[in-house]
Amino acid sequence: MKELLIWIPALPFIGFLLNGIFGRQIPKKLAHWIACLTTGVSFLLAVIVFFRFIGQPVTEFSFRYFTWIQSGAFRAEFGFLLDPLSLVMTLVVCGVGFLIHIYSIGYMWHEGGYYRFFAYMNLFMASMLILVLANNFLLMFVGWEGVGLCSYLLIGFYFEKKSASDAGKKAFIVNRIGDFGFVLGILLIFLNFNALGFPEVFAQVAQLPVEAGYGLLAVIGLLLFVGATGKSAQIPLYVWLPDAMEGPTPVSALIHAATMVTAGVYMVTRAYPIYTRAPEALFWVALVGSVTALFAATIGIFQRDIKRVLAYSTVSQLGYMFTALGVMAFSAGIFHLMTHAFFKALLFLGSGSVILALHHEQDMQNMGGLRKYLPVTCWTMWFGTLAIAGVPLFSGFFSKDDILWQAFAAPVAHHLIFYILATVAAGITAFYMFRLMILTFHGRTRFPADKLDHVHESPRTMTTVLSVLAVLSLVGGYVGLPAWLGPNVFKDFLEPVFKYLPSEQQAAAAAHHHSVSQELMVTGIAIAVALLGILVAWVLYQRRHVTPENETSLGWLHRLIYNKYYVDEIYDATVIHPIQRTSESFLWKVFDVGIIDGIVNGYATLSRALGIFTAQLQNGLLRSYLGWVVVGSLFFVIYILFFWSA
Amino acid sequence: MAIPLHHLLILGGLLFCIGLVGVLIKRNLIVMFLCIELMLNAANLTFIAFARHLSQMDGQVIVFFVMVLAAAEAAVGLALVIALYRTRQTMDADDLTLMKL
Repeated sequence: MKELLIWIPALPFIGFLLNGIFGRQIPKKLAHWIACLTTGVSFLLAVIVFFRFIGQPVTEFSFRYFTWIQSGAFRAEFGFLLDPLSLVMTLVVCGVGFLIHIYSIGYMWHEGGYYRFFAYMNLFMASMLILVLANNFLLMFVGWEGVGLCSYLLIGFYFEKKSASDAGKKAFIVNRIGDFGFVLGILLIFLNFNALGFPEVFAQVAQLPVEAGYGLLAVIGLLLFVGATGKSAQIPLYVWLPDAMEGPTPVSALIHAATMVTAGVYMVTRAYPIYTRAPEALFWVALVGSVTALFAATIGIFQRDIKRVLAYSTVSQLGYMFTALGVMAFSAGIFHLMTHAFFKALLFLGSGSVILALHHEQDMQNMGGLRKYLPVTCWTMWFGTLAIAGVPLFSGFFSKDDILWQAFAAPVAHHLIFYILATVAAGITAFYMFRLMILTFHGRTRFPADKLDHVHESPRTMTTVLSVLAVLSLVGGYVGLPAWLGPNVFKDFLEPVFKYLPSEQQAAAAAHHHSVSQELMVTGIAIAVALLGILVAWVLYQRRHVTPENETSLGWLHRLIYNKYYVDEIYDATVIHPIQRTSESFLWKVFDVGIIDGIVNGYATLSRALGIFTAQLQNGLLRSYLGWVVVGSLFFVIYILFFWSA
Repeated sequence: MAIPLHHLLILGGLLFCIGLVGVLIKRNLIVMFLCIELMLNAANLTFIAFARHLSQMDGQVIVFFVMVLAAAEAAVGLALVIALYRTRQTMDADDLTLMKL
């Protein structure tokens, strides 16, 4: 398995090199064959490794490939950790990634820079796989930065458009701010545990007791979480994700829905020994997660751009995952990560199909009644919508229900607050998703009639992928059935990963008998809330034919929420403009131009002055030469007279 | 009455300085030469003063050498001046900047 494992990220990397270096000269077909083949074979290898893994008893392998850095006593290796968690992540990344690569063939065919797109996508796959497979914090950080880079490159893919390149920069810079916290966390880990590899660090952490209050582990956990808020778009560093919709839709699907943004969730889960021993850190994780879930859901209500609704939806769903992690329901969080990858990728790809059919129209004001023209897109997106709304039988229902139940029943302080926030967010989620679907596919057509003839269903490369993802959105949940329904295969599979849970938590979990009736009550409330959201959306948008234009009549409320509570403007005023002004007026004009340039230019001026001065010695004037002879001889005489001892 | 040594030395020194200043200040080449001769003669005077004072012949013999030297130098120098005047029509030291590097 060790030999196979390295090829999983290596193949996409080779694809990146091939497409990057030779992309210009090779025909377009070859470019997408290279990209899709490498990703497809990676997925195949992942499946093979999966079957071999479950066929044998060992549950954790740490493979070392080579020593990367050796400096004195410090050593960083390039190594992969193979355990159920990394396997799940690898399968999700490879599987969804492969499907999206196939989809991109149809979507990006008529765009410029075809080979460049696939090169970047392959580089992203390689980086993400390194991230989830790494066996130490440093290598994980390499993958972390790599996906951030690819995010920047792909968001700014249409770099000639200013808004796109701005969005790319915003994503990278906001990510960087999070990475600052992440690096500090890694530093603290290294300083205190003298190692960076997961097995070594967690074995040491497992010896420590559960902290009361803010101890070392809480600080480390919070710093790492700052990095997660940047990468996984939580409050306060979520602002880059809606802007990231400037990138091509497959990018939005892959990076900003299914995989990259889940890196934070993976990281927190991987570091569970630290978090489970730092209740204060967990509190913040759950709080930020649940507040973000509700906050982003409310913003999604009034957005007009179809992709923006999905972007805020992603932020909200990631909040759900962090809420799960915060109440120590790690497998529930990862379960939702997996189902979310399926249905969110589906929703994004479906919206891409709509956008392509309408020739890059993205405003839902101008859509409506597209069901007749885009049937496959419509029914596949309905599968995704039902999944995300938490309608029973679909995958999202099982994962969301799991999270809500865990939040309700968790032996964690303040857990009910998280439960309430998450439940309200669930209702709002159902509302805005149904709003999206009705405004786009149902009701009256607001799309200009003369252009309707050109609206047709997308090519088979795209619709096949949509269908596959739709099926996954339906059946993907059955591996994680709630306790009263059946076995939770998913949770059992991930169980061996969590061997370092502190004994108090294990005892509490064992002693905590949840009654089936309570669980059914929670499920019932969840379904009721979802149905309420669906009902309101149906009444407003289907029966009363409300359109985004009508929504503006709500006045200040609409303005506030439509402008995303002015968070970007607040950041602009409090952080960005002061920094910009300081940079311009002080750092640039005073420091860079004045002092540093002054010193360098000063050297030049000094040399020049010295040169001019000494040049005057050689002016060809006889008398001045005579004068210097006299001066020289004078020095000589004085030296002989006073300073020379015979 | 014997002239005290320091009188002669001061005279020699003064003559030397006058000659030195003259060489540096004057622009006419001939006058510069005159001043150089003045410096040489001041040196001669100093030698003789010491010879007289120490009652030795060495100083006075050196004066002969110096005079010969001065004569030779004057000959060569004046030849140079004439050559210069023929080509440049000027005897102003400030006009001769060919040695500028």
